[in-house]
Amino acid sequence: MENTMEESVIRLRGVRADLGSRPVLRGIDLTVHRGEVVALLGANGSGKSTAVRSIIGQVPLSAGEIELFDTPRRRFRDWRRVGYVPQRTTAAGGVPATVTEVVSSGRLSRARFGILRKADREAVRRALEQVGMADRAKDSVSALSGGQHQRVLIARALASEPELLIMDEPMAGVDLASQEVLAETLKGQVAAGATVLLVLHELGPLEPLIDRAVVLRDGCVLHDGPPPKAVGQHALPGHDHVHPHDAAGTEPIRTGLLS
Amino acid sequence: MDFLNYAFMQRALLASVLVGITAPAVGIYLVQRRQALMGDGIGHVAMTGVGLGFLLSTSPVWMATIVSVLGAVLMELIRWYGRTRGDIALAMLFYGGMAGGVMLINLAPGGSNANLTSYLFGSLSTVSQSDVVAICLLAAFVVLVTLGLRRQLFAVSQDEEFARVTGLPVRALNLLTAVTAAVTVTVAMRVVGLLLVSALMVVPVAAAQQLTRSFAATFAIAVAIGVTVTLSGTITSYYQYVPPGATIVLLAIAAFIAMTALATPLARRRARAAAAAAQAAGDPVECAIPATRKARGEAGV
Repeated sequence: MENTMEESVIRLRGVRADLGSRPVLRGIDLTVHRGEVVALLGANGSGKSTAVRSIIGQVPLSAGEIELFDTPRRRFRDWRRVGYVPQRTTAAGGVPATVTEVVSSGRLSRARFGILRKADREAVRRALEQVGMADRAKDSVSALSGGQHQRVLIARALASEPELLIMDEPMAGVDLASQEVLAETLKGQVAAGATVLLVLHELGPLEPLIDRAVVLRDGCVLHDGPPPKAVGQHALPGHDHVHPHDAAGTEPIRTGLLS
Repeated sequence: MDFLNYAFMQRALLASVLVGITAPAVGIYLVQRRQALMGDGIGHVAMTGVGLGFLLSTSPVWMATIVSVLGAVLMELIRWYGRTRGDIALAMLFYGGMAGGVMLINLAPGGSNANLTSYLFGSLSTVSQSDVVAICLLAAFVVLVTLGLRRQLFAVSQDEEFARVTGLPVRALNLLTAVTAAVTVTVAMRVVGLLLVSALMVVPVAAAQQLTRSFAATFAIAVAIGVTVTLSGTITSYYQYVPPGATIVLLAIAAFIAMTALATPLARRRARAAAAAAQAAGDPVECAIPATRKARGEAGV
């Protein structure tokens, strides 16, 4: 077991980042505790993807600091503890590859010198079972549907048996059946004690799992607290996201697809 | 089989086997990263190395290796730091390399563009003993990298962002791919020629992936096609007095066309097999519409 005193899994302090000359993150503070499921919400361009990409070191910071498992990210080397699902619509590259081959790359963080042993192959098979793709293991990824691509990408993140899952819009372009499979998978991970940070456009079928929602707007944290309840208009895509504790006269935050 | 009696043919055949192995082995990663034309760019840069080799009267093969490795590293750096005008910078590098080669070879004492021709299009009779030694050493390096690091290179070429989160040294692996590609260009230079090197990196891979579903099978078939076309091209050029590079590339394209023609019936057979398997498992692939349900003819627009 890890040190039980270890509380925060992700910690961002005053994080600023620019894309070109445009500031995208303007001082983000965010802490994700062990075992928490945190959803990062916000409209397109609010900086939620950039925030996640800065955590994994894909976006350079202009100010602030990031810690992963209480280690400054620059010195963090224990990547096997992190599973990442990037925002992309396909798992395929320029050359055919089977589902197993793609998911096996997720195991490299645990395989020394890139040699996959029996235990590693077992882990890959388990990851495929968790997302219900074990029967497609030998198929080419290019033969899969959009939802199945996303399931493969999630299996690849699960292959290293991570303690922290970071997912960038895992539900984008996913059919309803796959959405439910993904919600089930995530439920299993949370039950096993995983910490999850998700970028979402809508809470959707994941809503019951989410402990905390962090809403970004223009690169700042606007709301950090319990997830908004999906009732009435909230349940519809493109709804106006209004919080009762917002000061009168503030603009509604649009988190839906249509905003 | 009388061609085996000549020492120059033995050298040429050995070189062509190594080219047939190494070019597709590197090319598959370039195709996977959708940088299929990188080999072509390195080939242009290598010309400066050949010219420099003539000018300094050192081995053009080793000089081309050094210059094309530097060029490939520069290209990779441009890809990292280059912003919107990266393609322009690459174009400068390519054409600068080509012009540099022509310029340097004409400056060399007794040198002319005729010396360059055998490097541009490949030639059998000019593969010397020292070239063979260089080609063997370089090919060994390429095989070691492309097979030994296949899982790492696969992960980086498939999804760079994800590879970074698995803790792989992404930049080092990218540089290594670029260097390996540059080395392959100089391995292939004597047989296929600099202008056609890229074809041998890309076409066998493109041909193989018409039939395959997995990366491993694509790799194996691409290398098999590579060796087949380089060997048969070299032998053909011995009997027919045609340039080996052009023969090899045309054979590779013929292989691509043959594989594409084979692909459609194969895909159909696989689909049938999959449907049969699904049926056997009691999983209806299609929802049958009950025959009793009639069209009501009421729907209008």
